[in-house]
Amino acid sequence: MQVDTIKNGIVIDHITAGKGMKIYNLLGLDSLECSVAFIKNAPSRKMGKKDIIKIDADIVVDTAILGFVDPDVTVNIIKDNKIVEKKTIELPEKLVDVLKCKNPRCISMTEQELPHIFTLADKENRVYRCLYCETKA
Amino acid sequence: MRSLIDILELSTTELEKLLAVACDIIENPQKYAHKCDGKKLATLFFEPSTRTRLSFEAAMYELGGNVLGFSEANSSSAAKGESVADTAKTVGCYADIIAMRHPKEGAPLVASMNSSVPVINAGDGGHNHPTQTLADLLTIHREKGRFDNLTVGFCGDLKFGRTVHSLISALKRYKNVKFVFISPSELKIPDYVKETLTKEGIKYTETTDLEGSMADLDILYMTRVQRERFFNEEDYLRLKDSYILTPEKLANAKEDMSILHPLPRVNEISVAIDNDPRACYFKQVFNGKIMRMALILKLLEVE
Repeated sequence: MQVDTIKNGIVIDHITAGKGMKIYNLLGLDSLECSVAFIKNAPSRKMGKKDIIKIDADIVVDTAILGFVDPDVTVNIIKDNKIVEKKTIELPEKLVDVLKCKNPRCISMTEQELPHIFTLADKENRVYRCLYCETKA
Repeated sequence: MRSLIDILELSTTELEKLLAVACDIIENPQKYAHKCDGKKLATLFFEPSTRTRLSFEAAMYELGGNVLGFSEANSSSAAKGESVADTAKTVGCYADIIAMRHPKEGAPLVASMNSSVPVINAGDGGHNHPTQTLADLLTIHREKGRFDNLTVGFCGDLKFGRTVHSLISALKRYKNVKFVFISPSELKIPDYVKETLTKEGIKYTETTDLEGSMADLDILYMTRVQRERFFNEEDYLRLKDSYILTPEKLANAKEDMSILHPLPRVNEISVAIDNDPRACYFKQVFNGKIMRMALILKLLEVE
């Protein structure tokens, strides 16, 4: 399958197959006016298959979201058809308004104006916990 | 300015200092009778807890301070829909320190993030109750003289029992502490607590047999199966009598074992045990007040 290259924009590559749509939704890419290509199950020598997202605009993506969903992705910044920067992603220490706590007893469930904050509790197992009630994400 | 939301915010060194102050208060109460003259404690109790509220109030009065507050959400502005953050900002203008009990987990943390004065978590849902843990720790300190080399049994509701989780967090920092978790399968200790213990190499066992575990224990921490933690009345009724401590069940217990309970009890410890020298639960109540005094002094930075 062939998808046009982009002139100025961002390619999120090496997304674990199956996680692309979650990233697409959490980054809110559906609200962008520019062209966005979402490629599912693209063949990959390294990974077998992978998902790819190409965004045809010079926007800033929330690397905390990428790090949380799939820290193995690479983000390529494209300028004038060339990759000018390759970013690797790290697990973010804190996620703000990315997830909502599922604990019905959590204060964030009743006080609507509170930011939903999760902190990295266990790096090895990629476990995040709600700042307020410590429930696992 | 510091608050106390989670017991682990206190290092073991700070805890030792707090215990030393507490013991000094017991020895020399007169020395502390005017330490908080002119200071006010606000007790913001969004859910009823007579025991904890009275303990905080007694602590502040014994330090010479004053108390203001409310004892249920209906008599506060929360009933009008005010946020915890706004309540904390407002009360910070009236009082020097806040003790907050709230049914929602994390509410005291939110208060501490918005308050200009220290906030003490006086219990937030099934989450944390650090001043109960301070009471437990002073009791263990006074009864055993140590926190290391102890086998501590927890019995009853280990799933929702916040006092259990907090005490485990505090005790696991000491050498050669072993835990025995005794509960019905529906109320077992949460996986995340066990995961942490396993990861840190701390020994624990799980059982449903109270009597069979008794001989090993230095401390037996009993808990109430709490009605308010259940969504379903049927589950509560089925499980509430699961583990009742009677003199017969103590037959194999060590002579110097200490029986603790955060109180109030319903029927999980027979009153026949109250006069047994091993029963420490009313001593815990006294120790709770003393530790709250020590904590108020620390957070108000009163020497």
